[in-house]
Amino acid sequence: MDALILSRMQFAANISFHILFPTITIALGWVLLFFKWRYERTGNDAWMKAYFFWVKVFALSFALGVVSGITMSFQFGTNWPGFMETVGNVAGPLLAYEVLTAFFLEAVFLGIMLFGFSRVSSRIHTLATFLVAFGTTMSAFWIIALNSWMHTPQGFEMRDGVAHATDWFAIIFNPSMPYRFVHMLLASGLTVAFLMAGLSALRWIYGDRSEPMYKALRTGVYLGAILIPVQIFAGDMHGLNTLEHQPQKVAAMEANWETRGNVPLVLFALPDEEARENRFEIGIPSGASLILKHHADGVVPGLNDFVAEDGTVEHPPVLPLFISFRVMVGVGMLMLVVSWAAAWMLWRRDDINKPMAFVLAGMAFSGWIATLAGWYTTEIGRQPWLVSGVVTTAEAVAPVPGAHVALTFATYLALYAVLIVVYLTVLYKLAIRAHYGNIEKDPDPRGDSVSMGKATGEALQPAE
Amino acid sequence: MFGYEPDVILPLIFAGLMGISILVYVILDGFDLGIGILSVFGTDDEKDTMIASIGPFWDANETWLVLSIGLLLVAFPIAHGIILTALYLPVFVLLVGLVLRGIAFDFRSKVSAQSKWMWNLLFFIGSVMSSLSQGYMLGIYVLGLDLSWASAGFAALVGLCLAASYGAVGAAWLIYKTEGQLQEKAVIWMRMCLLLTAAGMAMISIATPFASARIFDKWFTTPEIYLLAPLPLLTGAVFAGLWFLTAKLPRPDDSYALVPFLAMATIFTLGFAGLAYSFYPYIVPDQLTIYEAASAPESLMIILVGTAIVLPTIGGYTILAYRIFRGKATELKYD
Repeated sequence: MDALILSRMQFAANISFHILFPTITIALGWVLLFFKWRYERTGNDAWMKAYFFWVKVFALSFALGVVSGITMSFQFGTNWPGFMETVGNVAGPLLAYEVLTAFFLEAVFLGIMLFGFSRVSSRIHTLATFLVAFGTTMSAFWIIALNSWMHTPQGFEMRDGVAHATDWFAIIFNPSMPYRFVHMLLASGLTVAFLMAGLSALRWIYGDRSEPMYKALRTGVYLGAILIPVQIFAGDMHGLNTLEHQPQKVAAMEANWETRGNVPLVLFALPDEEARENRFEIGIPSGASLILKHHADGVVPGLNDFVAEDGTVEHPPVLPLFISFRVMVGVGMLMLVVSWAAAWMLWRRDDINKPMAFVLAGMAFSGWIATLAGWYTTEIGRQPWLVSGVVTTAEAVAPVPGAHVALTFATYLALYAVLIVVYLTVLYKLAIRAHYGNIEKDPDPRGDSVSMGKATGEALQPAE
Repeated sequence: MFGYEPDVILPLIFAGLMGISILVYVILDGFDLGIGILSVFGTDDEKDTMIASIGPFWDANETWLVLSIGLLLVAFPIAHGIILTALYLPVFVLLVGLVLRGIAFDFRSKVSAQSKWMWNLLFFIGSVMSSLSQGYMLGIYVLGLDLSWASAGFAALVGLCLAASYGAVGAAWLIYKTEGQLQEKAVIWMRMCLLLTAAGMAMISIATPFASARIFDKWFTTPEIYLLAPLPLLTGAVFAGLWFLTAKLPRPDDSYALVPFLAMATIFTLGFAGLAYSFYPYIVPDQLTIYEAASAPESLMIILVGTAIVLPTIGGYTILAYRIFRGKATELKYD
């Protein structure tokens, strides 16, 4: 394997690992602010206990997001120097504004949010929580603006092979940006909703019936039930936007080879790029035409339109897009069913039952799967371009020896595999311990010096 | 702007901003990396206190690295590519080190007592990896990104020296933030690291001019040699003063506890000024100047406007965070 494919796989591994954690922190920050606000309004300690449990999840996720993010900021230079050399004049300011307006804000106020409750007034602590949540969202705003610009670039001109910005408003609010930003924020909300419902359900299974557990469970379930229909709508809008600006991506998602009307919605198939047809296709007649054009004989672009005269393929690989898109949509539909059933149950019986607890616990990380599948769809769908129509991925890769990349890639993979296992184990243990900590009232203080595992009867004391 | 052409003044401003940002990073993350290195010498209880003394800060400290590398990326994209591809493997060691210590910091407080030792060890290893690789990269950079064995040897020595200086600034932070036995230990650690740092800095100062004829000429010609003389002399004086001061620390009333940290910051600043003078106007030594490597003026301008507004704000709330967590380090608690 050469440096290009290894560098691509390495970057894919890094960015896949990285996105898991911002996906949690972006929305969890706002949910923590909600908990804090409820505590302020009601004076009920259960809200604050829910806060203290979830702020630890936030701290862990944030740390992993920071360290994997630093890794990526270096990889632009170590593996993809052609990216900044070509579009640095556009990408640079967007990245700079992310660091300046988001990273410092979250990093500095995180300390106060995590460890400041007993040191500052409750009002300052709430403000710190707000600023951290705001910072993570700003960070998402800038990075999505840049990513969207790579899909639908505008507001620049090429001079001597280098992009020069001409209209910053057009660059930031490029055509796909509003759709992608909303879609990602909702994805983050859903990831947190199902994580919260899932970990709470796990505590429920272990016999936890405490008030903070129910507060988090209800928050998770209701948040998921509210967001999922909105997400399905937003995702559809995003798809239509992609159809307009990157039709080859949609053609690959739908595995539609010929431009025609009455395109079926392919439920299952094995797209074969050699033969340029689908094997074992099962589809709903005219389904894709209906979804994408809102009438049965609507003409949907086909992949064969994106093959050059000399046979060069100018569309993204079909199979990965076809599969990842279906995984995302499938998980989304599952989320709809589960969250509405759970919300119904909570509303009617004010509790969940055992099967529902197991289903929710099993869905704890469903948001990650859908988010990754969605990102694979859109990012692989941009290939062979790095910035659509401006620079290809192959042009941007660094002249680093393949052996070096192979070494670093293997190490990153091993490191990330270990970290993800440890992260999941620690979350699991935190959930279990939160429950047994409630029972024993005095867990081992040495193993738990930076946690809330203190006696539950003790009053919470913000500094004044 | 200021009577200069934008394509002259803007690269200079950004080189200055990047320099400041690297310097702030070296001082701030230096102390928490240093404490990571020193943590291996502490008892279990002392490790908790040492880590508590950096708990609320390390994250923001590391953000200065992101800003530094970000400024290199956005203001000098070509240099960013050349430097980072040349330093591919040491950058990788740095990143793995930062990942390990970052997550060890967080995990160690959330795992059971039995597995805590492992995270303590990883915190130490990650800190050592990060410090050594940073020094190694500085060494290779000083020699103009030359990757021969001789340069690697020189760079390895710079790595040890930088790790020692991080140890010194880490110990200085502990002198300020702790008390009792740990504070007394920190004084001893500081003096040992100080000796290593002084030896290393002297070695680098001697080797640098010989490695590059251009730098030799910049330093050892009249009248420059007289104008620049205060730089090494002042550095030596601060070292000596620190050596005598730490012999008498800690004092019963804990006075002068912050002085070692400020003195270390001064030493870093002086050393950095020397480096900056040596390299100007090059951003890739002897290959590429800041003017050749700079982004388009209109892109730099739009970053500068944001920076001018945001950087003072960042300074403000950073000071606020240090004020909130001032005083001797106590147990870190979420509630």
